[in-house]
Amino acid sequence: MTAVETPRKPSLFGRIFRFARDLWDVLRRPSSVFSLGLLVLAGFVAGIIFWGGFNTALELTNTEKFCTGCHEMRSNVFEELKSTIHFTNRSGVRASCPDCHVPHNWTDKIARKMQASKEVWGHLFGTIDTREKFLDNRLELAMHEWARLKSNDSLECRNCHSAVSMDISKQAPRAAAAHERSLFTGEKTCIDCHKGIAHKLPDMKGVPGWQ
Amino acid sequence: MTKGSHLIGACLLLGCLTLSASSLLAQNPPPLSLPLRGPTPLDQIAPAPRMTPPRNTSQKESRNYPEQPPVIPHTIDGYQVDLNGNKCLSCHARSRTGDSQAPMISITHFMDRDGQFLATVSPRRFFCTQCHIPQHETKAPVENDFVDVDTLLSRAHPGGARR
Repeated sequence: MTAVETPRKPSLFGRIFRFARDLWDVLRRPSSVFSLGLLVLAGFVAGIIFWGGFNTALELTNTEKFCTGCHEMRSNVFEELKSTIHFTNRSGVRASCPDCHVPHNWTDKIARKMQASKEVWGHLFGTIDTREKFLDNRLELAMHEWARLKSNDSLECRNCHSAVSMDISKQAPRAAAAHERSLFTGEKTCIDCHKGIAHKLPDMKGVPGWQ
Repeated sequence: MTKGSHLIGACLLLGCLTLSASSLLAQNPPPLSLPLRGPTPLDQIAPAPRMTPPRNTSQKESRNYPEQPPVIPHTIDGYQVDLNGNKCLSCHARSRTGDSQAPMISITHFMDRDGQFLATVSPRRFFCTQCHIPQHETKAPVENDFVDVDTLLSRAHPGGARR
């Protein structure tokens, strides 16, 4: 039975292939109705709309509201951020999630956004959907971020805290001494010492500089 | 006990109470200094005093007596000290003092309660802020007339304290 019916009703793959072939036939022929100028103009306008829409959508995924839309972020890391100096401080400047976790540079940002597709997977399959699971995975998650910041020389820290504009005479003596010794010489990068400044730490056994 | 003894007891108690009450009334109340809570009446809540900035230096403070846990001269805001890690030890641990130039935790911190030395910090000494506390630049609400032992010794031996 099926062997007889198959040629009359093509499979889904066959139909998609046929549609793509027809579309290609239309696309490769020159337009006989619209002028070249109109096509260029229409392409230009469509480009603005699509590019604007793409960037708007991208920026939408780069907000604190979006990040805390998932309970994994809202009830774990965001809660912890609230008590730190990056959330409330004397000058009222707040660093929210994307300021530290998404590169500001466009290419790096897109690369990070593509990596983040794994986080969508994790959300859908509940990798850290309970506090216990989150704590179990915390070391691995933290190590990803430490490795990222280590490899880009703490770029996201330096978006705000640049060594060049740092006046160590205004710092507490021991901070000034440490920055002079390790930061200005390039011996260490921010994340080497400043771990756990925005979130609670995982088990630090074996992490350099920790007991 | 009989009814009579109850009655006697009650009379005695009443007598005592009356006596003490009358003696209290008879005395003039001592002049009150300004109480710690300020001039606010008892049934009202005074505005809380302003929080003071923490002391943030790298200068040791001298101890008031030899056994005093040294106070922390710097801020410790956000320092995590729990099962997962100890931020204080990032500078004050034996192996870290070379980098940090911070004072090492004393060797008593390696002792268990039987006086045996362990290889690492004894769990009972792990939680630093149980004994060591940061300081705030604040005015003491009451005057402190504490005298340290050196002063006492120099009083006992005028002209030369044994140190």
